Amino acid sequence: MAMNRILARTLLGGLAIAGLALSAPAAAQRDPAYQSARAAGQIGEKMDGYLGVVGSQSASVEKIASDINIRRRENYAQKAQEQGVTLQEYAITQGCILIARTASGEKYQAPDGSWQTRGSGPPQLHSRCPSS
Amino acid sequence: MTSADLTKPARRAHMLSMGKRRAIAGVMVVLGSTLAGGCVTVNAPAEPIVIELNVNITQEVVYRLADDVRQNIDENPEIF
Repeated sequence: MAMNRILARTLLGGLAIAGLALSAPAAAQRDPAYQSARAAGQIGEKMDGYLGVVGSQSASVEKIASDINIRRRENYAQKAQEQGVTLQEYAITQGCILIARTASGEKYQAPDGSWQTRGSGPPQLHSRCPSS
Repeated sequence: MTSADLTKPARRAHMLSMGKRRAIAGVMVVLGSTLAGGCVTVNAPAEPIVIELNVNITQEVVYRLADDVRQNIDENPEIF
């Protein structure tokens, strides 16, 4: 039992190191269902740092977005505390960078609140956001 | 010990000044109304209270956090 646990930890540690070493683009690490919903423009990046469902989508797509949003919120809360900022400040900054890093064909929320499809050029970013 | 201490002091000509009487009357009115009023019950609304704050986050904050946020994506790729 104890040995198994140690083995599992070692494996996890190894995986974490491998993950860092590879530092593959985020797309490769995403859940396939989530990745395909993004690529299909069903789920987009919002300015507030969370995912949004574009138009009306199936319950399964809605669930993918809300599940990730819960995890994001938890992550933002922890990071905000570490940085001594509010959750919203951290989340909005994350939103800036996530929109800047959207891939061509993915949806993102423009400063006017509308959904836009990322083209080959830079996205429309809020004036407070850095360009990359 | 002085002789004054031994004698019973005379009652004051006037019990209380006008101002003091007014003050006491005021206190009694407040006290009376508080007792008569009893408890004040406040009912909470059924729906949650949503406070809409104007999002006014400065560029300075965003720029300061940008590096940490980029690192966060690399550390937690599965949620981004």
